[in-house]
Amino acid sequence: MSGHYNLKALIKAIRSCKTLADERAVIQKESAAVRTSFKEEDSFTRYNNIAKLLYIHMLGYPAHFGQIECLKLVASPRFADKRLGYLGIMLLLDENQEVLTLVTNSLKNDMNHSNMYAVGLALCTFANISSEEMSRDLANEIEKLLGSSNTYIRKKAALCALRVIRRVPDLMDHFVSKAKSLLQDRNHGVLLAGITLITEMCELDEKVCDEFRKATGLLVKHLKNLVATGYSAEHDVLGITDPFLQVKILRLLRLLGRGDPASSEIMNDILAQVATNTDSTKNVGNSILYETVLTVLEIEADSGLRVMAINILGKFLTNRDNNIRYVALNTLNKVVSIDTNAVQRHRNTILDCLRDGDISIRRRALELSYALVNESNVRVMIRELLSFLEVADNEFKLGMTTQICLAAERFAPNKRWQIDTVLRVLKLAGNYVREEVLAAFIRLTCHTPELQFYTSQRLYAALSNDLSQESLTLAAVWIIGEFGDVLLQGGTIDDGEEVKQVTDTDIIDLLELVLSSPYTNTLIRQFVLTALSKLSVRFSELSTPQQSHNQDRISDILNRFSSNLELEIQQRSVEFSHLFELANVKGGVLERMPPPEIRATIMGTVSERKPVGSTRTDKDTVVDLIGDDLTSPTNGSSSAASGPSTQDLLADIFGTGGGSDLSGLGSPPPQANGGGQQKSAAADIMSLFDSSPSSGPGPSSNVTSPVTSPIQTSSAGASASGSLFDLVTPSSQSAPAAQQQQQPKTQLQSYTAYEKNGLKISLTPKVSPTQPGVIQILARFQNSSVESVNGVNFQVAVPKTQQLQMQAMSSSDVAAGATETQQMRINAPAGAAIRLRMRISYTKSGQTVTDQQDFAGFPADLTGSK
Amino acid sequence: MIKFILVQNRQGKTRLSKWYSPYDDDEKVRLRGEVHRLIAPRDQKYQSNFVEFRNDKIVYRRYAGLFFCVCVDSNDNELAYLEAIHLFVEVLDAFFQNVCELDLVFSFYKVYAILDEVFLAGEIEETSKQVVLDRLDYLEKLE
Repeated sequence: MSGHYNLKALIKAIRSCKTLADERAVIQKESAAVRTSFKEEDSFTRYNNIAKLLYIHMLGYPAHFGQIECLKLVASPRFADKRLGYLGIMLLLDENQEVLTLVTNSLKNDMNHSNMYAVGLALCTFANISSEEMSRDLANEIEKLLGSSNTYIRKKAALCALRVIRRVPDLMDHFVSKAKSLLQDRNHGVLLAGITLITEMCELDEKVCDEFRKATGLLVKHLKNLVATGYSAEHDVLGITDPFLQVKILRLLRLLGRGDPASSEIMNDILAQVATNTDSTKNVGNSILYETVLTVLEIEADSGLRVMAINILGKFLTNRDNNIRYVALNTLNKVVSIDTNAVQRHRNTILDCLRDGDISIRRRALELSYALVNESNVRVMIRELLSFLEVADNEFKLGMTTQICLAAERFAPNKRWQIDTVLRVLKLAGNYVREEVLAAFIRLTCHTPELQFYTSQRLYAALSNDLSQESLTLAAVWIIGEFGDVLLQGGTIDDGEEVKQVTDTDIIDLLELVLSSPYTNTLIRQFVLTALSKLSVRFSELSTPQQSHNQDRISDILNRFSSNLELEIQQRSVEFSHLFELANVKGGVLERMPPPEIRATIMGTVSERKPVGSTRTDKDTVVDLIGDDLTSPTNGSSSAASGPSTQDLLADIFGTGGGSDLSGLGSPPPQANGGGQQKSAAADIMSLFDSSPSSGPGPSSNVTSPVTSPIQTSSAGASASGSLFDLVTPSSQSAPAAQQQQQPKTQLQSYTAYEKNGLKISLTPKVSPTQPGVIQILARFQNSSVESVNGVNFQVAVPKTQQLQMQAMSSSDVAAGATETQQMRINAPAGAAIRLRMRISYTKSGQTVTDQQDFAGFPADLTGSK
Repeated sequence: MIKFILVQNRQGKTRLSKWYSPYDDDEKVRLRGEVHRLIAPRDQKYQSNFVEFRNDKIVYRRYAGLFFCVCVDSNDNELAYLEAIHLFVEVLDAFFQNVCELDLVFSFYKVYAILDEVFLAGEIEETSKQVVLDRLDYLEKLE
């Protein structure tokens, strides 16, 4: 069996193959022939065989059996054999292969060869595939060749040295002094290789970098020569002398000038000169300008130079070449955090890039735009971003909606503007909105009562126009459900627009339309069902003309889903329908939700956000009062016992209904209906934070242990699903007492912390079983006197190891006989005792009272140690 | 530094591949395919010549039916590498006198020799066309 005559014949044969299978057959046959031929150890056919084998390798077929033959070829005295042998080694071997160690000796021999081209071949092979071991073995040879009188050898040796220090940084010392002399070289190739080597050294070792700082002046001189030289045929690229060398020098200057004002000073002038004199019409010139900009931005340049650099980037942005714009945007993205103001000047150009034909340029411009938004330009920027959102690629939309809403939250000039912005986002890209953004919007609406009519009106109008935007639908359905009464009552939108009066029938029509829309999914249906249930209560409070008819319609719609295949929907439908039959509890269950806890929207990488609204952390303001020496608690738990008032509290909560009516058999008992005279909001807040419902207190606890009277909470909210069945479970007299003994821990006990001038403050701690270190405390301010207490300011401090968060007080004025509440949360390490230092000030009958007290009356195991 | 250099035609056949970082064979096959799929469909007029690729970036330039791709560190100067590609192509053109794809196929070993005179150890080695061509001529005579 014999193969093709030579490489050319083989290539032709392979090229004439019609199919891949043919090609494979030819190659297999040829490989076999080459293999057989290798066994004959014929040094004349070896060259040919290796050449063929390398071609086969290039096509992606196995050729590793030729490795050893390449080594033999290298040992041949013929230059052509040597050359092909080294090429074979470079192609078939890499630094991770064992055979490579066999090459070391050949390389060593050839590096000492009398023919400079043989030396060149050895250096070239070494520079491309040297392993760590080989680098150690041949470092001395390389060092010697760095001093060669031949430029061809010197430049290759310099790059070999680069390879050595990349593999074994410890060997750097061998080359430092020789590298210095390379900087004096007159040959461009050697100088280029030398500077590359020194750049790598400086990156690897700060000390070496210090040493080379002395050469800054020399580098500046080289650069000056390049810039000043007129035409030089040898290194000219479109009228610029050796741009590659210029770029390398600039890069090394960057390393030398970084964090070193002295050497930065030396290079200031030349950088300015390069920046002004380089021709910016061609890519060559721009590559130099770009490197100059990078250097200026990184060294300790004076401010004029920095502005110049950013202006160059600004000019790049208007360049017609995509590459230049891309590079400019990329660089601006890096510097925007350092020098925002300078970048701001190019804002309009950057915004123009949002409409660029190249998607990667659009993406970079977009990222940069996000970084440019601040308090002063938020209106303009968001307007631009919103108009881009209309035409943006779908892949950008999710990121854009998130960024726009976060920026709006952070820099909004007013609430109205913020709401408008989010509304617009929901309309334009309602299918690309994160849940967190939606939740933040609902939170915002709940906390802006003055704009609830406006918001719900706008959402109603938007939803009537477009049912296809999921997040818009969700937001609208939730808001309309929650604030249906506000929407019906009407109001004014102050920009003189005609407001279309909405009736309850319209709202139900719209929701029904949503249910039947093709865009509707399970989640939307769930929202609609909950909204409808809430609306039935909102409407009943207003007594509209169509009321009874609409109530029937709502319950009809709810009933329609009682056999829905989707379990969650079916459950909601059945439960809500059932709730409808219980007229006396329905109102309480579906009452207005308390505004959710306000917090900044946090997503992914976004870290620094201003809190919106009334969230306060009072820890810092009072903590200096308390220090670490909280020693003498003045108020023991004994003083917390206060029979009558606790019972008042219970009476308040339970309303007129007896405890036995309400106590459930199952775990979560119903929440006591708000009734009339008391603040049901308090109980609502409790229920909001309650993750595990407490067991039902029986009437017995009411009588026998006033000190430990539990405050009852439940998880029954508007959307509660599981617990609703418990509402109708027949009660049993004996169950609650038994249950109470089983789970005494989960009961809530209140402690009196302060009682003066008719104002009593009691604290009710509650520990979540899932987060033992987090304690929710409800403070109740009870005014038992006949005069009102005004301007109550209640401040609390905890030891430094703990963290305290306080919500705003429900009202700072406590009317006679009334009770106000304030919620706070303490994060404490497990087992720590909760000690509070309280400062309270208020005005009563024209007198201002300020008091300070310590409190440590909570049980010691409150924080969950066992 | 340069991680690898690939020259591919529009069908994705690799005409030249040079690896300055160690990759095993499977990885090389994968990279060739990935680079081709990334570069070939890009628009010549409306897109830049740079693509982010894994942790690095690819600077590429198309000459007739051939893509010259260079994979470089993400903080390297893209524009300068664009020039470097052009320098290499100019040398090829001068050496083969109007280079075409078939030159690269039939004289692939010469192309490697040219490449080794222009780039070494993942860095630009020589920037003067004339110096490179003189060396190559001399090497030819030695054979």
